[in-house]
Amino acid sequence: MIKIFRTFLIVFFFLTQNSFSEVNKTDLIKVNWPFDGFFGKFDKASLQRGFQVYKEVCASCHSMRHLSYRNLGEKGGPEFSKEEVKAIASQFEVQDGPNQDGEMFTRTALPSDKFVKPYSNSNAARAANGGAYPPDMSVLVKARKGGANYVYSVLMGYADEIPSNITLEEGVYFNKYMTGNKIRMPKPINDGSVEYTDGTNASEEQISKDVVAFLTWAAEPHLEARKRTGFKSIIYLLILTILGFIIKKKIWSNIETKV
Amino acid sequence: MSEYSEQEKFKPVHTNKVDGSPYSGVIGWIDNRLPIFRIFKHEYLDFQVPKTLNYFWSFGGILMLCLIFLIITGLALGMHYKPSADEAFDSVEKIMRDVNFGWLIRYAHMNLASFFFIAVYLHIFRSLYYGSYKEPRQLMWLLGITIFFLMIATAFLGYTLPWGQMSYWGATVITNLFSAIPLIGEGIVTWLWGDYSVGDAALNRFYVLHWLIAFLIVGIVVFHVIALHIVGSNNPSGIEPKDTRDTVSFSPFTTSKDLVGMLIFILIFVAVMMFAPNYLGHPDNYIPANPMVTPAHIVPEWYFLPFYAILRAIPDKLMGVIAMVSSIAILGLLPWLDFSKVRSSVFRPIWKQCVFLFVLDFFLLMYVGAMPAEGIYLVLGRLGTIYWFAFFLVLAPLVSRYEKPLPMPQSINEYMDWKKKGKIKTFNFT
Amino acid sequence: MDRNNIKEKTTRRDFIYTLTATLGAVGAGATIWPIVTQMNPDSSVKALSSIEVDISKIEKGKEITVMWRGKPVFIKRRTPEEVKSAESINIKDLKHPEDDKIRVKKSEWLVVIGICTHLGCVPINGKGEYGGWFCPCHGSHYDTSGRIRKGPAPTNLEVPSYKFIDDNRIVIG
Repeated sequence: MIKIFRTFLIVFFFLTQNSFSEVNKTDLIKVNWPFDGFFGKFDKASLQRGFQVYKEVCASCHSMRHLSYRNLGEKGGPEFSKEEVKAIASQFEVQDGPNQDGEMFTRTALPSDKFVKPYSNSNAARAANGGAYPPDMSVLVKARKGGANYVYSVLMGYADEIPSNITLEEGVYFNKYMTGNKIRMPKPINDGSVEYTDGTNASEEQISKDVVAFLTWAAEPHLEARKRTGFKSIIYLLILTILGFIIKKKIWSNIETKV
Repeated sequence: MSEYSEQEKFKPVHTNKVDGSPYSGVIGWIDNRLPIFRIFKHEYLDFQVPKTLNYFWSFGGILMLCLIFLIITGLALGMHYKPSADEAFDSVEKIMRDVNFGWLIRYAHMNLASFFFIAVYLHIFRSLYYGSYKEPRQLMWLLGITIFFLMIATAFLGYTLPWGQMSYWGATVITNLFSAIPLIGEGIVTWLWGDYSVGDAALNRFYVLHWLIAFLIVGIVVFHVIALHIVGSNNPSGIEPKDTRDTVSFSPFTTSKDLVGMLIFILIFVAVMMFAPNYLGHPDNYIPANPMVTPAHIVPEWYFLPFYAILRAIPDKLMGVIAMVSSIAILGLLPWLDFSKVRSSVFRPIWKQCVFLFVLDFFLLMYVGAMPAEGIYLVLGRLGTIYWFAFFLVLAPLVSRYEKPLPMPQSINEYMDWKKKGKIKTFNFT
Repeated sequence: MDRNNIKEKTTRRDFIYTLTATLGAVGAGATIWPIVTQMNPDSSVKALSSIEVDISKIEKGKEITVMWRGKPVFIKRRTPEEVKSAESINIKDLKHPEDDKIRVKKSEWLVVIGICTHLGCVPINGKGEYGGWFCPCHGSHYDTSGRIRKGPAPTNLEVPSYKFIDDNRIVIG
């Protein structure tokens, strides 16, 4: 009986596994991310570079409305210093008010302010991008099947040679990994799109990896704390389960013999 | 006047007084006025349970634990969540980012909902296999199915609250099921929404109902447990205990065993919650609700998939809805459809295979529910649906009528003896 | 021998029980803690727990009210007369004896939390018998240093922690 049941389970998992891969017709590029796995952690330098990429490349179209500048200095993230965070925030202007005269005014952003949005609302964003809405990137990695690998694949999935069965309309680009292989965003990242100050070679791959790492952190800012807590709790529970099992064995040890 | 004087003996006044507590001091004083300590001792320390209970019997306690933690984490989330169409998604993100341990509490609540269903399905399969729904436990079974219905309702309502794409479209699709009701259907849907589409009004009331149903579940669980303590636990042999040779006391025996079961369950739960918190969810729910765009693949949560598959297996809208609802409601008829006097499948070779197939069918339908409703999946879905209903309506009565049960021991004690000697072949999940 | 053996067994069993119970209690505590602490101010609130105020536009004898941690803070630019009256008091006569010097950083500027120490109402500026504030709820009078002079309030208006960044700006909190 157990055998049958086991076979059911194996068959079931095999089938579901199949179902997941079927949706993504093209296999995504798999990257060995430092934040994957049980002990996964973010590479701080990479996150800092990733923020630079976001700021210089993505931020002109994509908002990140759930993030505040202070997050950049928080533990488990890019961990910029307090002064650096202040300096980053002060590069932006935000609207505040109303003041005593009842008027709105602009002031320099503070670390407590949210990331400044490129467009005031989604219709303005659409109008400026030929009808396509550049999605907010705060939780983008969690909102896509395949997560970090998917976003990375899309960034790397632009090709000059377009398959003959695909015809592109005006303002639409070919992408290997996008559903329907069509994307409205022009290729955002090329070799040397940004200039890194820490001497890292700004290749297309490196830039994409950095920005995807940054986006992963943005979507899951407590990832490091979660994995750390998870590991500790599992060790703790294992010990407690073993102790509980020993106690149960002891309590039940003389029950069978009563027969 | 004279009538009274003629009555020589008066009946004593009927009271509920409970003097004579076995405890003294403050506990005794309370116990004589409100006998909770006596009841606790009677029901949870001295209470006799069959000594053959295996780990499948831990799921009652596990479900209780899940329910308590769902309510505690839900309470904490409710302190930060804002049930309005404009703020819901953002308030959930705020919980995930800013609230102290908000990420932990939300992931716990989210995954606990899934694990609540894992436990409840195992609990139901256990009852099916060991015949726990039979005389004298029919009412417990019916209360259990009521709880299951309420769980489905509250899980659905809870899933709408983050107001992501799946929340929104799930709410739209499920509430639209009511429009299948002839004549009044459309009216009911509008009434449910408080609007002409799912929106702010619906979200706000879904939040209130999510709470209400959670507490209704608690209420019915109390009845379910009281009924259990009246009729007693079934056990793998399906034989009622006759004397104390057949039983052990609830504490420390059942408690220590349940504790191990719970710890293993918690271990698995924590592993999933901490290392794959979004595995059981759907990525589209991290996209804010957008009434203009339906996601490409709209799928319910995994625990609804079998019933979703039954809904889609039937080409007619109204019949589909009826089939889906009755696929669960029909469980309630099982005590009367399966009239075999033997409870446990251990002694029912044919019924045992039927139950195994039923479990397989459940997984098959779950798989089909996740797939697009076309081609081979439609065929599989229909076959699965047919077996689902045939299991109750055809197999249960026929097998009870014609099956020849295996020779059975006279008592639980003898059952254990037989098992030891290898005369009975069954699970060893003790 | 036999007896010793039993005794040994019991102590070992007791040890396992105690260990498990202790570990269980620790785990229960660790589980409850997030549920408790989620009610504390979240990180977005904490980020606003200090504010910067521009005081260059306040005229002599005027005050502004700013919100800080959900409470009104009075920032008053005192006139020389007000400073004088605040400093000349014999503090031994006061209900809550505090020298004006320890209540201010620069004698021109008084920064106090605008919550009456009696029952939490907001006192009104420029009213009352001592030229400072008057609480309309139960009639407490505060002087130009925010000290309680008359009425039921037990202590002086609280001075928040603040510092001058330069002559024109202060940081509260």
